[in-house]
Amino acid sequence: METIKIQGTEDTPKIILDAENEILEISGRSLPEDVSSFYEPVLNWLNDYAENPATKTVFNFKLTYFNTASSKLLLDILMKLEELHEKGNEVVIRWHYPEDDEDMAEAGEEYADIVDVPFEQVSYQ
Amino acid sequence: MDNKKDVKGFLEFVYEFYKSMKAHEITLVYEGEITHQITKAFTSLTESNMSKEDEPNSVQRKVFHVMVECLQNISKHADDFTSNDYLFSGRGIFLVSKGENEYSVTTGNAVENDKIEYLTELLENINRMDKEELKELYKKQMKEGRLSEKGGAGLGFIDIKRKTNKELEYHFLPISDDTSFFLLTSTISRSDN
Repeated sequence: METIKIQGTEDTPKIILDAENEILEISGRSLPEDVSSFYEPVLNWLNDYAENPATKTVFNFKLTYFNTASSKLLLDILMKLEELHEKGNEVVIRWHYPEDDEDMAEAGEEYADIVDVPFEQVSYQ
Repeated sequence: MDNKKDVKGFLEFVYEFYKSMKAHEITLVYEGEITHQITKAFTSLTESNMSKEDEPNSVQRKVFHVMVECLQNISKHADDFTSNDYLFSGRGIFLVSKGENEYSVTTGNAVENDKIEYLTELLENINRMDKEELKELYKKQMKEGRLSEKGGAGLGFIDIKRKTNKELEYHFLPISDDTSFFLLTSTISRSDN
């Protein structure tokens, strides 16, 4: 399966989708000019991945900032992972947040309320 | 034409403008088209100023959030207009001021009069809501709302109220029979809480 590696910039997150090495991660800042087209490859990749997923899928979110338009696309990604979970696959979301950032921790809790997938909150310094 | 006199008058105006900015503690003011480049430039400028002044992280994050949503409100609602009038091409005014106790972020842009009722209802509804209600509304809108063509998610005002924990202050001033100037100001407390 194709690996996606996108370098982060001041307004777009770093993305690694590497099925072979089992690294699935979105980190950094997200306020792309066009959120839909920015996240489209991620959603397409997840569709392909769902056809032949690993025994256990761990998806890491390690964002420091995202705007409201991105929040909607992040939910779309989480819903893809929820589908994967519903099909009987083991899926874990790890939501990393800076330990002093209550809003980012709360954003993770809110997503955990919306989607039915095992969610782990991980604080870091 | 007495050019010299005009120039002098203009420079006097600039000085008055400068004094007025100082009096209102305005640190950034812009009038024109709000693009993604402008959004990036203003947020990074304000961010580096705040970081130089050792503003608490939580305050920096809130100011960043509010600035992005306010700027995107203007840039995303710009194309709602079909007129070629300069007021309607997604332009607006954007101000950041920094007082002793708070930052404020203010935007102004022209809107068609028939949007006033909708905007007023939307803002009043958000202002009435407490923390828990806003959280539920945000979740609902995220799930059920659709991105507009320009990428608006209908979440900006809700997010601003949640981040600032203060009422959204707004005002409409008449421009013509069909249009008004929509002003919105959000304040972010500088105390770390």
